[in-house]
Amino acid sequence: MSDNDQPKAAPTSAPTTSRRKFIVRGAIGSIGVLALGTYVFRNPIRRKILGMVETTVPPYMGSGTEPNLWFEITKDNGVILHSPKVEMGQGTFTGFAQMVADELDVSIAQIQVVAAATDTGIVDNTGTGGSLSVASLWVPLRELAATMREMLKIEAANKLGVALGDLSTKDGIISGGGSSLSYADIALTKSAAGVTAWTIPKTPKLRALGDYKHIGSPTPRIDLVPKVFGHPIFGMDAEMPGMLYAVVIRPEHVGASFKSADTRKADSMPGVVKVLQMDDWVGVIAETHTQALRAQREITVDWEIPKIWTETGIRELLQVGNGTEMVTQKEGDALDPEDKNTVSLAFSSPIGAHAQIEPNGAVASVKDGKATIILSTQVIGITQKLVAKALGFKTEKVNIIPTFLGGGFGRRLNTNHAIQAAQMSEAVGKPVKYFFTRKEEFQHDLFRPPTHHIMRGRLSEDKRLDSIEHHYASGDVAINSVMLPAVANKILGTDFGAMRGGNIQYDRIPNHRSVQWHTTLPFATSWWRSLGLLANTFAIESFVDEMAIKAGKDPVTFRLEQIGHDDIGQRLKAVIQKAADEAGYTDEAGSTNIVGKENQTDRAMGLAASVDAGAPCAHVVEVTIKNGAIRVEKVTCVFDCGIAVNPDQVRAQCEGCIVMGISASLHEKMTLIDGQLFPTIYGPYDMALMRHTPKEIDIHLIQGADKPLPVGEPPLGPIAAAIGNAVRRITGQRLTDLPMRVS
Amino acid sequence: MKLSFTLNDRPTEVQVDTGDEPLLWILRDTLSLKGTKFGCGKAACGACTLLVDGEAVRSCSYAVKFAEGKSITTIEGLGSEENPHPVQQAWIEEIVPQCGYCQPGFMMATAALLDKIPNPTDDDIDQNIINICRCGTYYRMRKAIHRAAELSRTNPAGK
Repeated sequence: MSDNDQPKAAPTSAPTTSRRKFIVRGAIGSIGVLALGTYVFRNPIRRKILGMVETTVPPYMGSGTEPNLWFEITKDNGVILHSPKVEMGQGTFTGFAQMVADELDVSIAQIQVVAAATDTGIVDNTGTGGSLSVASLWVPLRELAATMREMLKIEAANKLGVALGDLSTKDGIISGGGSSLSYADIALTKSAAGVTAWTIPKTPKLRALGDYKHIGSPTPRIDLVPKVFGHPIFGMDAEMPGMLYAVVIRPEHVGASFKSADTRKADSMPGVVKVLQMDDWVGVIAETHTQALRAQREITVDWEIPKIWTETGIRELLQVGNGTEMVTQKEGDALDPEDKNTVSLAFSSPIGAHAQIEPNGAVASVKDGKATIILSTQVIGITQKLVAKALGFKTEKVNIIPTFLGGGFGRRLNTNHAIQAAQMSEAVGKPVKYFFTRKEEFQHDLFRPPTHHIMRGRLSEDKRLDSIEHHYASGDVAINSVMLPAVANKILGTDFGAMRGGNIQYDRIPNHRSVQWHTTLPFATSWWRSLGLLANTFAIESFVDEMAIKAGKDPVTFRLEQIGHDDIGQRLKAVIQKAADEAGYTDEAGSTNIVGKENQTDRAMGLAASVDAGAPCAHVVEVTIKNGAIRVEKVTCVFDCGIAVNPDQVRAQCEGCIVMGISASLHEKMTLIDGQLFPTIYGPYDMALMRHTPKEIDIHLIQGADKPLPVGEPPLGPIAAAIGNAVRRITGQRLTDLPMRVS
Repeated sequence: MKLSFTLNDRPTEVQVDTGDEPLLWILRDTLSLKGTKFGCGKAACGACTLLVDGEAVRSCSYAVKFAEGKSITTIEGLGSEENPHPVQQAWIEEIVPQCGYCQPGFMMATAALLDKIPNPTDDDIDQNIINICRCGTYYRMRKAIHRAAELSRTNPAGK
């Protein structure tokens, strides 16, 4: 956090020159604008928009404008970047530091990056997600840094009496004509009018990629020290003076609503300050967290439970053919499911929990008509507006101070619990810290929706795919999210989050289509790292592999000959070919290993590929099966991520996606039992651990685009199918349900 | 009730209600040491791992009264920026953390492991390092654990 004593370069009055804003309303915003007349849009046009939504990187949609709002110069000649995006492990702060260092001419060590509080004016109106932070700020942040550099140089030229063109900048020092000044000398001297009164120059031309020292070079994360030495940097670590601790009672049953509560015993328990009964929840506020928990156990709540949901009930609701239908891709003719040459396979994925280790929570202080809230969130601006609305405050009376996140994965794209923390603080007139128990996390997650898929295909006489269809059912991902206006769903006619990876990437198959069936489930489902990509790619790439086996072709050739010749097709072919080459892919299809013999270890490779957000990725996995347990021994990952701003952290994201993907493929599953979601604790919610992690992960990055592409999610796509394809070659069994088990 | 223990080499006294309170919350909320993390409250994730008399303990499920007279080490006492513990040094060299939240628990568990098994095999690591990391940093952690073992050998005097 920034030191309050340090003079800020932020303006106290309006800048002398108004500047063009860096905001360009982009893809999602444009769709909002189209809303007025789009109900008449026909499906082909919708499909075109969906294609755009899926592949374009929307520009940054924040409200920052002036370089001197973003950058704070410190007395010791450091630079603090107030970042509109948060750091949740994805390495964005380090990427930003590299981008700033290269255009502002400071060293990485001179830069500190902090998540901008809403009070700074750098409000992000979308949030941190979609793996878009570096990709969307690639141009604007470098332009801001370059503009800031020019502003400092113009002032230095005046002070030193040296022509602007004779000045050079390095490590935060401006030199020329035998003299030099540090950025701090210029920005912080009392005699100067101050940066705020300076004219903001025309945006300088950005440097050539080859001239950058930091961008493109593996760079250690800038947050290593706080994270290795245990500094209090997370929302859970936040404190305010005189702070109390709170818990909230939530229902165990899906769909239950609050009727009444008996709190008499809890009211008088040691340390209890207040038991707050609201319309639909009860909060317990005490002097310590332990006291709040003890009191919570003594409260009896009467819940209205309209229906006892079961897993079977959910599966009946969620299946292809139910809900809202939307054809998201359509080329050529539809297959006749009854035709004897049509091959059909059904796939499914379970309810998935985010299971981020830092629980959701917030520290709130509501006093004198103002609210201050410190929390881990991916949606700073949205949380500010929601809290303001709930308290009846003007938006600017609520200051959201974001911290480092103990994992995001999409879970914190809704942090409405900040409202409860604020309301409890208002009720007791003191700051309140409220966070979820782990049971609350598991039962009140905004889950990855379960899915159901039917794949159909037909081979031509020359053993290529003549037709392929992906029919899939999913719960909400984008629909009903706090991030999007409801109208966006009506225009699109589908859930574009659930659609990620749902379309067929083999353009040369003459007949191909993809059809989504959307159903809103009785529990909340939402964004989970990579959205629909994981389950959709599992279904499609498992099926394509099965058809390759039926065709008697190796799965590499079978794929390559059906991918289109356009740019994305060429890049997809390149990652598949390279993954096969680097791994030394051998196709064991048709071999007849027997599973189950004592101590016999069977081994095979599996390959799969996907394109997400314009970034193609292919994995070859080596899988063993020993005593019925599937193990991933090695992953060869080839990823076309465009420009890798920090290749080390792109690799870290690939490694993370591979492990999270293995976890989802072989371990994780939430189940509805008698109306409640289980499990409610780690362990029973089985996740990949150290012993399940491949000992070899061989990553190859390809730069197939002239800009950085999203990196935090695309490598999750192919992992499940690659594992399933390897298992198929060992056992002859086609596994169709996540998490995969061999029987 | 009053309890006394050694915390990161310093004698410490603390006043508690019943003594059944989890050690984790006494450290975090009473003594303001936030490096030890809360993950689950049921000793299932390992985010709250610290050392009690050199043994790895999951402090969310360890009543503070059991700490009486014992020596507790948290991440804040493991090493410092100036004199990092080999585990911390290795974590920096291998650039292990992503979100970072679970990492103190893993580093404490690793410190305890290396104390017992100075040169752990991959199997030793698999059997003993059973905390949960949602970012999936296990791949780098394994490298860092081997590196920490190597650093401890070459610099046995290091803390």
